[in-house]
Amino acid sequence: MSGFFKSSIGRKYAMALSAFFLMFFLLQHFAINILSVFSPDAFNEASHFMGTFWAVQYVLQPVLIFGVIYHFVMGFILEARNRSARVKKYAKNNGAANSTWMSRNMIYSGLAILAFLVLHFIDFWIPEINTKFIDGDMTGLLPNGEGFRYYEELVHKFENPLRVGAYVIAFIFLSLHLMHGFSSAFQSAGATSMRKEKLQLFAKVYSILLPLGFIFIALFHHFNH
Amino acid sequence: MNLTLKIWRQSNAQATGKMVDYKVTEISEHMSFLEMMDVLNEQLINNGEEPVAFDHDCREGICGMCSMFINGEAHGPDRGVTTCQLHMRMFKDGDTITIEPFRAKAFPVIKDLVVDRGSFDRIQHAGGYISVNTSGNTQDANGIPISKHAADEAMDAATCIGCGACVASCKNASAMLFVGAKVSQYALLPQGQVEAVDRVKNMVAQMDLEGFGNCTNTGACEVECPKGISLENIARMNREFLSANVKS
Repeated sequence: MSGFFKSSIGRKYAMALSAFFLMFFLLQHFAINILSVFSPDAFNEASHFMGTFWAVQYVLQPVLIFGVIYHFVMGFILEARNRSARVKKYAKNNGAANSTWMSRNMIYSGLAILAFLVLHFIDFWIPEINTKFIDGDMTGLLPNGEGFRYYEELVHKFENPLRVGAYVIAFIFLSLHLMHGFSSAFQSAGATSMRKEKLQLFAKVYSILLPLGFIFIALFHHFNH
Repeated sequence: MNLTLKIWRQSNAQATGKMVDYKVTEISEHMSFLEMMDVLNEQLINNGEEPVAFDHDCREGICGMCSMFINGEAHGPDRGVTTCQLHMRMFKDGDTITIEPFRAKAFPVIKDLVVDRGSFDRIQHAGGYISVNTSGNTQDANGIPISKHAADEAMDAATCIGCGACVASCKNASAMLFVGAKVSQYALLPQGQVEAVDRVKNMVAQMDLEGFGNCTNTGACEVECPKGISLENIARMNREFLSANVKS
């Protein structure tokens, strides 16, 4: 396997592998978030479990952070290499004649998602790490001790219409990114055409409905509280 | 029809080059694109100017020599054809047509619209062949049973004429459709199995060395390929490459 991950195809495999992991993570993230719409208690329970269970915190979380960073860094490395492969640009290039906008602009939809992730980390992840590991409060309870804090924090974050707007825009970019990225990851991983055809419908459902679901959650809490 | 042509002129590999406007008149819609270029060049020669250099050979759509990037697309706006098989009926009287060479770091411009596609040859030399013993003990090819499905897929891959439209169309100037086709045509057949591991590793290594970009699966290459080579060949190459690296 020496040199595999330095090769163009090896890097594409690695990119696809990190994409599969991130797409699975998104699904899991959504499954827990949507609980907040139906049952604040269930959302609190699930959040507390994810936030305190050792395997999630000390195994899956570092893997996730590595996956996110790897996907972005490798995305930039591949983009730089790809740009250098055509030094002189065309005077006239009709890209729309042979490919989708999404497929040609993965770097820009990716950058929009990266910008969102910075906001998301400031909003949720950093305060969470601060509470648990700096302040040492692993109880997950509200300051007054009356029940879990997770649902209250979520609702509070979605009060600001500017933040909700940013979330909506970010998830539109995520949808555009997934519309190409989902099937592209399978193509890079060498999926056969028969398998790809079956995946097409699932890819469409996933890349449209999942971001739409996240948008729904943000809007639901904004307008119901 | 009367046309305005915006053509890339570059006197040699080192020159800067620029787009130059030309007018051509009384072009028949039945002409091929290259015949229209012939008319322009006759006009330029008669005026004592340097004719536009462009690659061409068979003019039957099978040799893969012609290589123009016309109005933002490799081999122009028609589908499943090379530039020599592109007809002027695809354009309208009064149109402005932009004509550029195939652009890629691995396809340096030699002159005007002529590019050096030697990088494709070097990739082929790295493994795009099978070694057959011709000492007299060669097995009759028809004696090796091959399924119809595999034979058809191998033949489809083998129809690649190596024109470079895939590289020219790809936003990353990736050569993966070409290499995928060349790897696939052997990977699908028993004759290709002996050198399968080295073939894919060496051809991919040479492809990377030449400075082509990575495939991001936009599918532009498949759409613009005059022979309709499928993206499936890239997926097969990826599988072959992974399997070759696991084996050795």
